[in-house]
Amino acid sequence: MKQRMPLLITILLLGYAFLYGPIISLIVYSFNESRLVTVWGGFSTKWYAELMQNSQLLGAAWLSVRVAALTATIAVVLGTLAALALVRFRRFRGRGSLEVMVTAPLVMPEVIIGLSLLLLFVAMETTIGWPAGRGMTTIVIAHTTFAMAYVTVVVQSRLAHMDMSLEEAALDLGARPLKVFFTITLPIIAPALVAGWLLAFTLSLDDLVVASFVSGPGATTLPMVVYSSIRLGVSPEINALATIIVAIVSVAVLITGLLLWRQEKRKTERLP
Amino acid sequence: MASLRQFKPEESWQAPEGEPIVRIENVTKRFGTFYAVDDISLQIHQGEFFSLLGASGCGKTTLLRMLAGFETPTSGRLFIDGQDVTDVPPYARPVNMMFQSYALFPHMNVADNIAFGLKQERMPKAERRERVAEMLSLVQIEALASRKPHQLSGGQRQRVALARALARHPKILLLDEPLGALDKKLREQTQFELVNIQERLGITFIVVTHDQEEAMTMSSRIALMHEGRIEQVDPPRRLYEFPSTRYAASFIGSVNLFDGYVLQQDDDQVLVQCDDAETRLLVRHSQPLVPGMAVTVALRPEKMRVLGQLDADTPNQLRGRIKEIAYLGDVSIYHVELPGGKRVQFTQSNVQALAEQPLTWDEEVVLGWSANSCGVLTE
Repeated sequence: MKQRMPLLITILLLGYAFLYGPIISLIVYSFNESRLVTVWGGFSTKWYAELMQNSQLLGAAWLSVRVAALTATIAVVLGTLAALALVRFRRFRGRGSLEVMVTAPLVMPEVIIGLSLLLLFVAMETTIGWPAGRGMTTIVIAHTTFAMAYVTVVVQSRLAHMDMSLEEAALDLGARPLKVFFTITLPIIAPALVAGWLLAFTLSLDDLVVASFVSGPGATTLPMVVYSSIRLGVSPEINALATIIVAIVSVAVLITGLLLWRQEKRKTERLP
Repeated sequence: MASLRQFKPEESWQAPEGEPIVRIENVTKRFGTFYAVDDISLQIHQGEFFSLLGASGCGKTTLLRMLAGFETPTSGRLFIDGQDVTDVPPYARPVNMMFQSYALFPHMNVADNIAFGLKQERMPKAERRERVAEMLSLVQIEALASRKPHQLSGGQRQRVALARALARHPKILLLDEPLGALDKKLREQTQFELVNIQERLGITFIVVTHDQEEAMTMSSRIALMHEGRIEQVDPPRRLYEFPSTRYAASFIGSVNLFDGYVLQQDDDQVLVQCDDAETRLLVRHSQPLVPGMAVTVALRPEKMRVLGQLDADTPNQLRGRIKEIAYLGDVSIYHVELPGGKRVQFTQSNVQALAEQPLTWDEEVVLGWSANSCGVLTE
């Protein structure tokens, strides 16, 4: 097709504008001199400098990153175990309920997850004294509950596609089951674990609703700070922070993409 | 069908002295209400190339997986080299398996794949490297040592899988459809190599296959399985020439079956009255039979000859009309309809390239064969 189709081009541009417009405007306005977000007052990096002074915002960002990393790690371990149980052990008592419980958080409204977890934590504190108060621990537990569901789904599909005879071959060659898991199964499902970890990390970093329910004084995550400060008017510092996050995420996505592309290329490489 | 092994026609296989390397005693494997393997007893001897042959779902793979340790028998015992291995886990058995999918570890190169089993038994590094080199040269893939499985062709992967399974010098090598994924030409070539390797190493091979030709070509003995049971265990030649059941006769090659009853038996010859063939058939059979007993006579299509004319007093003669001819190149298959409506098949080699077609449609022919060329089936 030599002749370009104007309609198609227009739709493409509209699509890009729709997807990336908000992000680009956010990045552009983070370099805005003016305090008013909607008025362009010339180029400046002063909001980045001010951001560095804003200990509340930085503290919240640091907390969010720690919560997300911890959540992702625990969710990957638990989610992988759940996926293994569901894929490798065909029949066991309670299989049905595990399957339902694992997928429930995917469809359950966040408000309900948040509320039920809050009630649980309060009840636990009064009966067994743990967790004492609400803070980072309760947020991590709450985030792990729903992030684990996503990890399970990702790892489950990878495991289901893995040739079971690989594990049998390793057993046959003299490796004990635990050794088989670490030398054969784990390296083969590793891409799914990385994907699951990144997914869990993003979900946790992004969450406002559940965190609002289960956090306590002194544990305010980044989304909570951003959300509450918007009610007082958007500060361009948030734009600056968002730009930094976008930059980090872009680099991460780029690296993952590069890794996946290289793996794909190696896979399709056939020697004559 | 050609056998790669030498057998005298009438020589039956003799079990060697001493303890068999594999002893299967009344093994049953049940999945729910389905009997995958139904009370099988079998002995396999050191150095055999033993095939488990059967249609899919006959239980041959389940039996092999029980020998490897991936399935536990519902009842019965398994012995390998005199040791009861029924409850021994797969990683502690002196057997190795070559999988149908080859199951090469995708994240390891060829040399590491072969070395995997040796690492598990903590073989010193120098010795390990030597063994890997030995295996690579055994299957002639020295040049591929550092390739990853995805960089190999199907035939090369098959060789790696074989080398990996042989590296630990198992007492028994189990092979699950070893040639199933290869194309026809490569399969024929690989059959010879497998037999050569097996004879050179002297390791007992137990092969699962659904391909009768493959089993006939390579095996010292074949166990024909059907619905979880063993129909017959014999060397290829005996299995083909002297099938013991109707299923065995019809599974391997083509066969004409005539139902009838025993008229009389003299020495080692039985006279059978066959109503659907409207004639009497004389068959060599040494086991004693009772007159009046219902039997089936099995006759291979290539054993029949076209005769000049019918001699009504001689048994083993049929008259019929040719209804169909299939030209296959090396042979032609003729379908002949007998006066009673029953159809029989016979084949003729095409000896001459452009011979005047000796037989044609609707031609009446007389077919005859010797008493030594057919068999009596009682089951």
